[in-house]
Amino acid sequence: MNFRQKHILGLEELSSEEIKFVLDTAESMKEVSERDVKKVPALKGVTVVNLFFEPSTRTRASFEIAEKRLSADVLNFTPSESSVVKGETLLDTARNLEAMGASVIVIRHSMSGAPWLLARELRSSIINAGDGSHEHPSQALLDLFTVREIKREIAGLKVVIVGDISHSRVARSNVWGLIKLGAEVRVVGPPTMIPRDIEKTDVKVYYNLDSALEGADVVIMLRIQKERQESGLFPSLREYSRFYGLTRERLKRAKEDVVVMHPGPINRGVELSSEVADDVHSVILNQVSNGIAIRMAMLYLVASGGGNG
Amino acid sequence: MKILIKGGRIIDPSQGMDEVRDLFIEDGKIKGYPRDTEELERDSTIQIIPASGKIVSPGFIDMHVHLREPGFEHKETIRTGCAAAAAGGFTSVVCMPNTNPVNDNASVTEYILLKARTEGVVNVFPVGAITKGQKGETLAEIGEMWEAGCVAISDDGRPVMNSKVMRYAMEYARAFDIPVISHAEDINLSSGGVMNEGFTSSMLGLRGIPNASEEVIVARDITLAELTGVHLHIAHVSTAGAVRLIRDAKRRGANVTAEGTPHHFTLTDKAVLGYDTNVKVNPPVRAKEDMEAIREGLKDGTIDVIATDHAPHTEDEKKVEFDLAPFGISGLETALPLALQLVEDGVLTLPEVVRKLTSIPAQIIKSDRGTLKVGAVADVIVFDPNRTITVDREKFRSKGKNTPFHGWKLSGCVLYTIVDGKVVFSN
Repeated sequence: MNFRQKHILGLEELSSEEIKFVLDTAESMKEVSERDVKKVPALKGVTVVNLFFEPSTRTRASFEIAEKRLSADVLNFTPSESSVVKGETLLDTARNLEAMGASVIVIRHSMSGAPWLLARELRSSIINAGDGSHEHPSQALLDLFTVREIKREIAGLKVVIVGDISHSRVARSNVWGLIKLGAEVRVVGPPTMIPRDIEKTDVKVYYNLDSALEGADVVIMLRIQKERQESGLFPSLREYSRFYGLTRERLKRAKEDVVVMHPGPINRGVELSSEVADDVHSVILNQVSNGIAIRMAMLYLVASGGGNG
Repeated sequence: MKILIKGGRIIDPSQGMDEVRDLFIEDGKIKGYPRDTEELERDSTIQIIPASGKIVSPGFIDMHVHLREPGFEHKETIRTGCAAAAAGGFTSVVCMPNTNPVNDNASVTEYILLKARTEGVVNVFPVGAITKGQKGETLAEIGEMWEAGCVAISDDGRPVMNSKVMRYAMEYARAFDIPVISHAEDINLSSGGVMNEGFTSSMLGLRGIPNASEEVIVARDITLAELTGVHLHIAHVSTAGAVRLIRDAKRRGANVTAEGTPHHFTLTDKAVLGYDTNVKVNPPVRAKEDMEAIREGLKDGTIDVIATDHAPHTEDEKKVEFDLAPFGISGLETALPLALQLVEDGVLTLPEVVRKLTSIPAQIIKSDRGTLKVGAVADVIVFDPNRTITVDREKFRSKGKNTPFHGWKLSGCVLYTIVDGKVVFSN
């Protein structure tokens, strides 16, 4: 198939065929990453800007490595939040970068929908590297890629997503991706952290972690943000961890070959007990290296197929 | 100046009139409905407006607009806001106090009225703030603002959270027999929300404003109105629950009225998909059930008036991240065709629509306008309910081009707007 999307803004917008196509493309990209000389000329002469309005180490580094392996010219632009508040609008910032020749803009922003604004107003291809509580397509795609690598087939898997679903862009993107590829998705967390009406997407909602884990093939743990406690969504990290923290004991309810994933960075002793964190370390490192392949695929597909000519 | 409007269907709910008649205006007043116009037509000093097949009605009264002046003249001025009103068929607008400075004392009220007299082509009726600086703490000088010309008090945009302050405001307002207009929103419940809370907000990852945010304050204010006996007017009703609460209160005989806006009876929160900031409005457009409940409320009289909540903003202010964009829709110039859609959909009859835009709002603000009775001030409009238009925000008289209806094909077009017997807009 031809990948005709000019942008990758979210998994909600992609068809299951397109998602599979990105995953397949990432497989060839992974092969590039395993060579001695980890570089191909696919994006030679293409300027890619990483426009990160939120601090992010791993996603930005992963995109940058992916861009360099494709031989793109890379510009990292990290406006401090304060300079944005003081004056320049997002659109003006992005237009400036476009005027400098950027044809792909990778944007991370604390507000949901920011990449949509750029996609509507600019000529460049936009890749969403995480927008507010909305979507984080590269993370979900690398999660799907990792699951597919281990389990071969995603359709029919029971996948549990645990934690603050309301504020998680990782959760939303994974929900779309997993549902489109035929998995059974369960979300579990305190009711204050489950988005209204999410069951309309066909996910099953649980408030009890033990019952959600019953027979699970994959468990995706979300990072809990301490600010959420201050806004009154749960009483204490201690209590959160007692009811929604993953322990070896709890994991026994899942299938024996269950895969536990975490987008990182982990709060040890909160969402994962220390022992589970050690157990799953290899999968997490695998996720990180797959992330580069997925991002290479995303960059390659929007830059070559998406009407940039 | 003399005007003869010939052959139009005159709809004037204030006198139960719905018939084809000629209407004669002289010296700024409704002179009469002459049976024989031959002589008048020979008088070259009389402007003749042919209105056959058109509707002639009292000029509309918009109970809820933001004229932005003083303080936010880049968004709208009294001059541009009034011009937009005239283009939309409104001959009177009731303007909210959330200006800068806030209209919380007589000198600001006088400034607004002076500007309106010198620069505005329609009548402007200011609303005073309930509390000083709209801070929700101490009562503003309500009596002096009333003396200066305020027709109501309201906390629009910054709701009074302290129930005791609201109680005192309602009791105090009784001395001047003016309504208290409630922007019903519990700002703790809606804190940080930018759209309706529901499936769409969940999927867009935008913080939601639950229906309860409106309903708890509607319930509170009805309770306080019953305690104090004040006339409570609920602004921009957006939820099915609020409609129910108001309906129940009216059944009990409470002195409560309410308004519905074109965007709330036309749009649902699905319009936000794609992060269109022109749909960002407070209260937000809600679920289909809510939209239908508002239509039902308009039909059974629970919702008394149609008001626009005209809230102009600049394009730059709206072309930002959804979270950062200001709330508000520029509504004056799309209200008529959107209201006529209610007729098309069988919700209201044409005279009922006109009534909710003329005689009922006039009653609420105790104005002698909104009528075509002989001797009344000649605020009259002529419109063609059947002419198809395409909404083009670039043609708005308002500085606020922030409409979610740009490009919509609708029926209904204002042809003449007459204020105090003078044509101030024609198309």
